[in-house]
Amino acid sequence: MTQSYDEITLTPITNRDSTVNKTGGWRTLRPVIDVEKCIKCWNCWKFCPDMSIIINRGKELPEVDYDYCKGCGICVHECPVDAIVMEKEV
Amino acid sequence: MIQIRFHGRGGQGAQIASRLLADAAFLEGKDVQSYPFFGVERRGAPVTAFTKIDSRPIRDKSMIYEPDFVVVMDPSLITAIDVTAGLKPEGMILVNADTLPEEIMQVLGDAKVVLVDASAIATAHGLGSKENPIVNTAILGAFARLSKVVGLDAVKQAIDQNVPRKVDKNKDAAIEAWTLVEEKEGSE
Amino acid sequence: MKKVITGNKATAYGVKVCRPKVIAAYPITPQTTIVEYIADFIADGSLESKFVKVESEHSAMAACIAAQNTGVRTFTATSAHGLALMHEMLHWAAAARTPVVMVNANRAMGPPWSIWADHLDSISQRDTGWIQTYCENSQEILDTIIMSYKIAENRKVMLPALLNEDAFYLTHTAEAVDIPDQELVDEFLPDFEPRYKIDTEEPFGFGSLVMPDNYYEFRYNIARAMEASKELTREAVQEFAELFGRDYHGLIEEYRTDDAEFILMGMGTLVSTARDAIDELRDEGHKVGLVKVRSFRPFPLEEMRDLASRIKSIAIMERVYAFGNRGPLFNEVCGAVYNSGHRPFLKNYIIGIGGRDVRVQDVKNVYLDLLKETEGADDGIPEEELNWYGLVGPGGD
Repeated sequence: MTQSYDEITLTPITNRDSTVNKTGGWRTLRPVIDVEKCIKCWNCWKFCPDMSIIINRGKELPEVDYDYCKGCGICVHECPVDAIVMEKEV
Repeated sequence: MIQIRFHGRGGQGAQIASRLLADAAFLEGKDVQSYPFFGVERRGAPVTAFTKIDSRPIRDKSMIYEPDFVVVMDPSLITAIDVTAGLKPEGMILVNADTLPEEIMQVLGDAKVVLVDASAIATAHGLGSKENPIVNTAILGAFARLSKVVGLDAVKQAIDQNVPRKVDKNKDAAIEAWTLVEEKEGSE
Repeated sequence: MKKVITGNKATAYGVKVCRPKVIAAYPITPQTTIVEYIADFIADGSLESKFVKVESEHSAMAACIAAQNTGVRTFTATSAHGLALMHEMLHWAAAARTPVVMVNANRAMGPPWSIWADHLDSISQRDTGWIQTYCENSQEILDTIIMSYKIAENRKVMLPALLNEDAFYLTHTAEAVDIPDQELVDEFLPDFEPRYKIDTEEPFGFGSLVMPDNYYEFRYNIARAMEASKELTREAVQEFAELFGRDYHGLIEEYRTDDAEFILMGMGTLVSTARDAIDELRDEGHKVGLVKVRSFRPFPLEEMRDLASRIKSIAIMERVYAFGNRGPLFNEVCGAVYNSGHRPFLKNYIIGIGGRDVRVQDVKNVYLDLLKETEGADDGIPEEELNWYGLVGPGGD
C-alpha cells in the first residue's frame, strides 16, 4: 500500500525481521520425510539453504518448516537413503 | 604587493624557503601566500615556488609572472631554465654562488645580480651534506637583508616555528648570511 | 588563532574542531596530506577518532555510511578518480540519509593524466543527492566544514555534503587562516543525533527493499530535504557570521553588484582572483560586479532569478565543460532564469581547465568580451554563446 511522503521513514528501514515474510507460499512441491528410513545423518539440515529443516530435539528427528520451505528439493537430492520425496502441494 | 619567485632543485628546500619567508612576513603583520608550482618533479629536478607579500589581503590566486625578486638556489639552473622571465626592470636576482663565470652573468642580462655562497654557509653549519647542502635558511637570511622585505627577528622566529630539526643551526646560518650581505653592502 | 597553513591543513583543522568519530580515507594527490594531518591529530591524541584504513575510495565511503548508521559523525576526503570510484556509494549515502561530510580536492579527470585544478570530478556527481559547495580560499574551507555538519545533520536535511577546494591553488597554497576556538565550535555545532541508528535496544533493518508503490516518495523526500537545506544554509551562514565574525552571505555571494549592469559569475578560486579584476574594472569606471556561486547543489534558484531581474548581462566562467552541451553552471543559470520573466544576456566562458592558470587580466578580458558582445547584440542574444577562453587553436597562441 502506498504511504504518503510524510508517513514513510527517513531512510528505508524496517523494524520487522524476515520471519514475517513466509516464503512457504512460493512452493509447488513439498518435501516429505519418511522417518522410518531416516538414519539421522542431518544432511538435509546441513544443506537446506533456507534453514527450513528443524531438528526436533524431543524425537531426535528432522522436520520441515513449511512456513519457509520454498520446495527447492536440495534435501531430497542430499538424502543418502532416499528418505525424502517431493509431493505435489495440491 | 611584493612577489618573489624561488628556483631550486628538488630536495634543496625552495618550497620551505618560500614558506619561511611568508611566515616571517606574516609575523610582521602582512598578508601572505606561499605555494610551489607542482609538476611531477622529484629530487634534483627544477622546482619553482612563489611567495606573495602585501599589506592588503591577497586574493589573486594565479602564479607569479612579474616577480620583484628571483632567488636562484642552484646556479646550474641559470642555463637550464629562464630564471629572469618577467623580472621587473628594477628587480633583483639573488644567486647561491661564490662567483659566476662571465658567460652565465651574460645570461642574466641587465638585472641586478647579488651572489651569496649559501651552500658554504649551510655546509659550515652542518645543514644537509657537502654534496647536497640544504640552503633554504641561509638563502633566506641573505634575501631578507638584501630585499628588506622582512627583518631578521621575524626570520629567526619563522625558523623557530617551522623548522623541525637543527633549529639553532638553521638560525645561525640565516644570521651569518644576513651579516655577510650587510658587510658586502657596507664595502660597496 | 591565525596561522599560515595550506588548504589541506586548514581542512584537517576544520575536521578536528568538528570531532568526527570515524574517518575513513584512501590517499590520492592532491588530497593526501589532508588525511595525513588528520592521522597526526589522532596519533597525538588531539582528536579522538577511529581512523579506518581502507583499500579504495569505494570502501572509504562505504565505511563512512556504515559508521553513520551507528549514529556517529564521519569524515572523508578524496579527489578526481577517487571521487569517481565512490560514485555508487555517493548515491547510497544520500538515499540512506547519512550526512557524511567530504572534502574533494577538485582535480582534472584523466586521460591525459593531470593532477591540476578542474571541476569535472565533482560536477559529474551532481545528481547523487549531495549538497555541493565550492570554496575560494582556505579559511572558507575550514569554516564551511563546520557549517556543513550543522546543515547536513539537521533532521530536516540529513543529506551528505561535498566541499570542493581547487587542487594546488588551495590544497598546497599556504595562507593565513584563523583556526576557531573549540568552545565556539561546540556552541555552534550540536551533537549528531539521528532518529534511526543501529542499536540493539531498538533494532532496525537498514537498506531494505521498497516496492514501486513507495520508492517514488522516498525520492521526493530527498528533493524536499535539499530544498529545506537552502533556508538552513542561509540561517547557518548568518549564525556563523555572528559567532565567528566571517560572513559567507548564503548560497551565493555578491561582490560590488550595487548599480552593476554586468556580472561575472564563477565558482572556486577563480572568484578570488576575479575580485581583483572587479576592483580594477570599477576603478576604470565599469559598472561590473561579481557573483560567487558557493552552493551548486542545492542550486540558488531564487537568488539567480533575483539577479536576473536586476542585471543586463552575465558572463558565466567555468573550470569545466559538460560534453555535449555548454558548461554546467551556464545551463543551470539558463534553466533558473527562463521562467522568471527576465532575460539577461548570458554568455559562457570555459576557462582554467586542467589547472590552466587564470590571471586577473584573463578575468578582465572576459568582461571586455562580454561588454562588446552585449553592446553589439541588438536582439539581446549573443553572437557567440560559448567562448573557449585561451584555447590554442591552429596557428598556436
